[in-house]
Amino acid sequence: MLQVENLNVHYGKIHAIKGISFDVKQGEIVSLIGANGAGKTTILHTVSKMIKPSSGSITFKGQNMSNVVPQKMVEMGMAHVPEGRRVFSQMTVQENLEMGAYSRKKNKVEFESDLDEIFTRFPRLKERRKQHAGTLSGGEQQMLAIGRALMSRPEVLLLDEPSMGLAPILVDQIFNIIESINKSGTTILLVEQNANRALHISNRAYVLETGKIVMQGLAKDLIENDDIKKAYLGG
Amino acid sequence: MKNKNKKSYLINGLALVLLFILLNVLIKNNVISRYYQGIMVFVFINVIVASSLNLTIGFLGQLALGHAGFMAIGAYGSALFSMYIKEMALPPTALLITSLLVGGLLTGIIGYLIGLPALRLRGDYLAIITLGFGEIIRVIINNLKITRGAHGLTGIDKLVNVTNSFWIAVVVIVILYAIINSRHGRAIMSIREDEIAAEAVGINTVKYKSMGFTISAFFAGIGGGLFAHYMAYLDPNTFNFMKSVEIVTIVVLGGMGSLTGTIIASVVLTALPEMLRGFAEYRLLVYSFVLIIMMIFRPQGILGRKEFSINGLIKHSKNIIKKTGDNAEGGEL
Repeated sequence: MLQVENLNVHYGKIHAIKGISFDVKQGEIVSLIGANGAGKTTILHTVSKMIKPSSGSITFKGQNMSNVVPQKMVEMGMAHVPEGRRVFSQMTVQENLEMGAYSRKKNKVEFESDLDEIFTRFPRLKERRKQHAGTLSGGEQQMLAIGRALMSRPEVLLLDEPSMGLAPILVDQIFNIIESINKSGTTILLVEQNANRALHISNRAYVLETGKIVMQGLAKDLIENDDIKKAYLGG
Repeated sequence: MKNKNKKSYLINGLALVLLFILLNVLIKNNVISRYYQGIMVFVFINVIVASSLNLTIGFLGQLALGHAGFMAIGAYGSALFSMYIKEMALPPTALLITSLLVGGLLTGIIGYLIGLPALRLRGDYLAIITLGFGEIIRVIINNLKITRGAHGLTGIDKLVNVTNSFWIAVVVIVILYAIINSRHGRAIMSIREDEIAAEAVGINTVKYKSMGFTISAFFAGIGGGLFAHYMAYLDPNTFNFMKSVEIVTIVVLGGMGSLTGTIIASVVLTALPEMLRGFAEYRLLVYSFVLIIMMIFRPQGILGRKEFSINGLIKHSKNIIKKTGDNAEGGEL
């Protein structure tokens, strides 16, 4: 569904991503794990076309995405939940979700049913639909950010550090939500620092270090790998 | 929902007509003197220019400090155009409106061109760039032959009065309100809220930034054109950096992101210096002091991001009477 080949990204003179290739197949959860500064977020931004790569190709649903603008990616079925939630804080919960459906052609009935679906998935958001998004707690904001992305009916969902800054009980909830979104048919590309949790819900994973993939494989194999255990899973 | 909107349009339309009749009666009976009529025209011009700037600062979230430059383009553009087509002997209103539109369009085009490079930056960088462009425009006008440079441009027909400036201001506010509450308006506001998130939900941020900036410039040009056809004389130094600051002050004081706040602040800040004439040399001191007090106690501006609404007011007073705890916030104009 998504293939990235030999991707290079530079920030000025800094070579941030050094020739990375990976792929995500339909229905999978694929994780990119690694320490701070490994390039995980940069990869997501490049895949959703918000950053221009210096070289390399991105193929989505069989089409080359080299000269495509970010809003086109959303229309084609890729939604990006950026790091740090980034809800529209002065807009209400409902307005945030409406913005999520921005890229789609207006269809009132479809929109209402999608909204209902989001509210069934996140009952907390329904309670707070008239509230400004900035007044929500961190976990609720993360749910809103995911809900907003789902409103575009994505086939692939890019999630950037969804567990960042959340209490352990909320982290559990968020990971359960990610799994259930995946079960309902959405492919997921997940970037996480919480490697342990990420590996437990993923099919496959890529381990990044300073802009390079140092290891890849089935998530269940990586959990057992001694190097991974030492570096990312705490013994 | 539709019916509620209709009702709200009706109430607001009625209120405007009543306000207009009241102004006319007061003018006819000489309660409002010629001098105060002049101040009122300046209030309406400031309403137009400041609310156009509010689109950039309050709704798009980009700090621009060169709005006087756009006003200058609109003023000179429309003045030169109306002088040029004078022989056609159009009726005054038609002449005014066509010249305003020409001035506005010219400003919009130049605003678009300036916006292309400038909007790549944001925050203080954008502020400095727009400040620079504003000054460049003034210096160019000061040195062009066609604008008669520092001598000033004379021979402009005085076409503006309280009546037509009032209605033009009303039309501008209605259009801006409609833009802000449209799908495009939502896109513009989402850029203010979070540019990356806006991009992530599929909004063409470059397009909407330049669209907001261009519309903002267009209406500043209209305001400038009104100014030209009221003063009947133009001096490039009217449109200096201080003028830009004055407009920004109105926007900030009224509330960034509130059109009705801008209207209130335009009235206050245009009338205040005149009211303070009794204080003679302390005038500017008092004016500045009012601003400082305001920013300390109400930094979000008079209305913040809320809109004053007659409907909201009616609802609110009903609620108070009923003593239900459900408090109505503005939101509808």
